[in-house]
Amino acid sequence: MKIDKNTINKIARLSRIKLDDKESEDYIKDLNSILDWVEQLNEVNTDNVEPLSNISSSILPKREDVSNDTNSSEEILENAPDKLEGFFAVPKVVE
Amino acid sequence: MNNLIKGEKHDWEMVIGLEIHAQVKSNSKLFSSSSTKFGSSPNSQVSLVDAAMPGMLPVINKYCVVQAVKTGVGLNAKINNYSVFDRKNYFYADLPQGYQISQYKYPIVGEGKVTIDFKDGTSKDIRIVRLHLEQDAGKSLHDQNPSKTYVDLNRSGVALMEIVSEPDIRTPDEAGMYISKIRSILMYLDTCDGNMQEGSLRADVNISVRKPGDEYGTRCEIKNLNSIKFIKQAINYEAKRQIEILESGGSIEQNTMLFNTSTGKTRPMRNKEEAHDYRYFPDPDLLPLEISKEEIGKIKSLIPELPDELKNKFIETYKLSNYDASVLTAEKQTSDYFNETINSDPELKNHAKIVVNWITSELFSLLNKNNQDLNNSLVSPENLGQLIKLISTNEISGKIAKDVLEDMFSSGKTARQIVDEKGLQQVTDQGEIAKVIDEVIAENPKMVEQYLAGKDKLLGFFVGQAMKLTKGKANPKMLNDILKSKLK
Repeated sequence: MKIDKNTINKIARLSRIKLDDKESEDYIKDLNSILDWVEQLNEVNTDNVEPLSNISSSILPKREDVSNDTNSSEEILENAPDKLEGFFAVPKVVE
Repeated sequence: MNNLIKGEKHDWEMVIGLEIHAQVKSNSKLFSSSSTKFGSSPNSQVSLVDAAMPGMLPVINKYCVVQAVKTGVGLNAKINNYSVFDRKNYFYADLPQGYQISQYKYPIVGEGKVTIDFKDGTSKDIRIVRLHLEQDAGKSLHDQNPSKTYVDLNRSGVALMEIVSEPDIRTPDEAGMYISKIRSILMYLDTCDGNMQEGSLRADVNISVRKPGDEYGTRCEIKNLNSIKFIKQAINYEAKRQIEILESGGSIEQNTMLFNTSTGKTRPMRNKEEAHDYRYFPDPDLLPLEISKEEIGKIKSLIPELPDELKNKFIETYKLSNYDASVLTAEKQTSDYFNETINSDPELKNHAKIVVNWITSELFSLLNKNNQDLNNSLVSPENLGQLIKLISTNEISGKIAKDVLEDMFSSGKTARQIVDEKGLQQVTDQGEIAKVIDEVIAENPKMVEQYLAGKDKLLGFFVGQAMKLTKGKANPKMLNDILKSKLK
């Protein structure tokens, strides 16, 4: 797999990151060398091997269904650049 | 049954599949301890996990897992011992993480099916592809401010079950029946409150049209419909739109549509230039979810009687029709009410059909007219049972019983009280009825003449007059018989 200019632009757009031409060139180079390195794994035969989601052998910890009643609004909105009447206020995103 | 719709040029068949999003009934969210209560003040139920503060880690709510397994069993579906949580990546103001934790390749529940029942007694299976657990997003309010969107994260992180059907649905009515059936199963299981107004249950509809026998056509997806009425409207509009395009030689563009509830029309979402690319990958913060056979067995033992089992029991025990039984069992409160009514007096078991009619037509129409719910109605099952007993033992006529029910409905009195207070007992004394008839005959000599001359229709007039004199209390059959014998 090779990363080209189109791919890098697509990834940047999906991640909402703005790249100038110089940065794009740098990322193409970096990502390709990372991918080349990872490609080595293709040398291993993985036929009949189930994909692994996690390398830990412990089991998923679970909680009881108990809710806490603390009112979070002040704390949650503390860092909001803009808030109104208890809501986050963001630029209009009406569809 | 003809499911085809007429176009200008030929007949078309709709092919419909539904993705239902059902909010899991639980105290706390899927991966945090914030409350799931509806209608609280904005952003008051948001933990640092729900707000996606850096470093916060999700911990799964074990009850939500139980709820999903229960639902899977209720959908006659395969429960998967192993499932995986993935990240579905996209940017939106009400999704603080920048991704939704969902399940992609390995859902908790696999293939199943539900049955829908038609009025004509036939039924149809709709296959389920899968059910998976995922997080709900926050809520955006676009109409509060001319230049801002308001965001409330109270719903952010609440557990959802996404239930995906095969494209087995062929008409808007079937779509409505399917979602009603799912809602009914969820409410019997108590895994979702089924409240569509509050958004606890909403659906995305996939629809395409084809000429009968052809391959599936290109489909469009209508997003986020939260009432059965809107689902049907949206399907009808969208199918017509697609047929018009195809008949004028065009082709359907696969699109995500929005339904405008005030105009009844669908339109494509605006930001379509960028096809969705969710870049799913396993969430590194969560280990795979494993459920043992023993745990599944334990959960299965908690499952209450479901609508279909109850329906079959009603058909067998009370000899009800498939349709009557399915109406009774569609909502748990209705089947509970029926059970309590029919068990309130041993006699009533022989009048099951009458009990059904009094609940599903008389009582339901009063409830509808007054915008009330069976649960808060003043007519208790025992009282309705008493009323029906009064009818079946001929103490009051069915016609008077309707008035009595209205009185019970508004006053909360028992049927017996009302009948006694108002003196509504049916007159079944031969002599008394005969006396009234004599009076009517004596007062209307001309009518009698005409009747005897062959104007049979006048019988109704005499019945009416006699009923008026007895204030509707005369036993109708006796009245008819005596009248006929006297007017020979």
